[in-house]
Amino acid sequence: MSMFHSVKRFLLIDIIKGMALTLSYMFRRRVTINYPFEKGPIGPRFRGEHALRRYPNGEERCIACKLCEAICPAQAITIEAEPREDGSRRTTRYDIDMIKCIYCGLCQEACPVDAIVEGPNFEYATLTREELYYNKDKLLANGDRWEPEIAANLAKEAPYR
Amino acid sequence: MTELLEAFNTFTHTEIGAIIWLIIRIFAIMVPVLLGVAYLIYAERKVLAAMQLRMGPNVVGPFGLFQPFADALKLMGKETIIPTGANKLIFMAAPMLTFFLSLVSWAVIPFSDKLVLADVNVGILYLFAVSSLAVYGIIMAGWASNSKYAFLGGLRSAAQMVSYEVSIGLVIINVLLLAGSLNLSDIVRGQTNMWYAIPLFPMFIVFFISGLAETNRAPFDLPEGESELVGGFNVEYSSMSFALFFLGEYANMILMSAMTVILFLGGWLAPFNWQSPFEWLAPLWGILWFTGKICFMLFMFLWVRATLPRYRYDQLMRLGWKVFLPFSLLYVIGVAGYLVYTGNFPKVGV
Repeated sequence: MSMFHSVKRFLLIDIIKGMALTLSYMFRRRVTINYPFEKGPIGPRFRGEHALRRYPNGEERCIACKLCEAICPAQAITIEAEPREDGSRRTTRYDIDMIKCIYCGLCQEACPVDAIVEGPNFEYATLTREELYYNKDKLLANGDRWEPEIAANLAKEAPYR
Repeated sequence: MTELLEAFNTFTHTEIGAIIWLIIRIFAIMVPVLLGVAYLIYAERKVLAAMQLRMGPNVVGPFGLFQPFADALKLMGKETIIPTGANKLIFMAAPMLTFFLSLVSWAVIPFSDKLVLADVNVGILYLFAVSSLAVYGIIMAGWASNSKYAFLGGLRSAAQMVSYEVSIGLVIINVLLLAGSLNLSDIVRGQTNMWYAIPLFPMFIVFFISGLAETNRAPFDLPEGESELVGGFNVEYSSMSFALFFLGEYANMILMSAMTVILFLGGWLAPFNWQSPFEWLAPLWGILWFTGKICFMLFMFLWVRATLPRYRYDQLMRLGWKVFLPFSLLYVIGVAGYLVYTGNFPKVGV
């Protein structure tokens, strides 16, 4: 070790430099997002909690084509269907196992009528596993709850689809 | 008013009255120290967070100010686990000893002129002795836990504290030579014209760094060494016994800062003999400066922790024995030589 280095070490030059750096950081702007009160931005393609949408007249969009069930790589979707009284084809059962789901978004890609979508909501943690077995009622309720946000996101994405 | 004062005087001179008055004074020191510990933990989390661009605790109470109490309550609610194979008596005694030793030193600390619980003439020796005893708490914890990690942590801590006490001792000798007294109040009064941090600046730095090692703080926190020893000597501890170690460590930090302030930064003295600008502030003036300087030293402790990575064990020993020891010894010789030359060497046996 050269003389210069010894002197430099003895005078704690590098340590003082480091301390000056940490002190300067102390007065910089915090980068933390204070989560439950502040949230980061979410893009229109964000794939969060699923929802089944309705037409503006209240009729459900899903026509029970079962494309989503077929394409689902995790096999999380279960659909049963039979013709309704008025002759239209509707689901009698539409379940998503949210624990199996890998949030790949293929179901909403496959859907010909934009019925099943993944909305912007990501805060649906539950205390029990059973609560994450979503049925048709839950999915339709999600659709009603998040319709404004979902519609806005779909409109933003429309040019690229 | 004078009658009240007289009644108070006669009361404190009765046997029971004296004891009660003593207990009141002890609490008047202990409660602020423990509050200081609580808020030192809070301050550490906040300062570290700020230096890492984080927020720190901010949920419990305004600005997270009640966080330390929430943590204490949580710890009290936990179960005390005694590992099988542990020596129960020593296992339980170790945290108590650590905590007890970290508080008992405060008896001789002068908070202001004449404001000291025990104005003993060997104050600095007492402080030094008690802070050396602190290593026993850690060794006992490490040995009694019957765990590899705790044992290694205890051994490291013993070697570290013993090594650094040698250089701390030599640094203190420098101060004693200048002050010519072992009484802490006299040491502070000796700094009326110039704080010892100025003529002894290198020793001040050595003392501060040794203090970091003595209190097992970063970058010398090898006894705890989270990354290699899990938690070091306190791995096996939980609940209040852990809390006592934690409180003891932080109380030791405050004590080490108080020692630094008394030995080098002029204790309760304001810089340039600045007198209190308001009359009502005068009785608090000394305490205010004393606590202010302690806060500054504590900030240094936290600042160093936020900046430096942990030393390797051999580097730690090399620094203690091959750098600090010869350097402080040389400085003692220099200071003593200068004092003899100028005829200011303190007289022996007066």
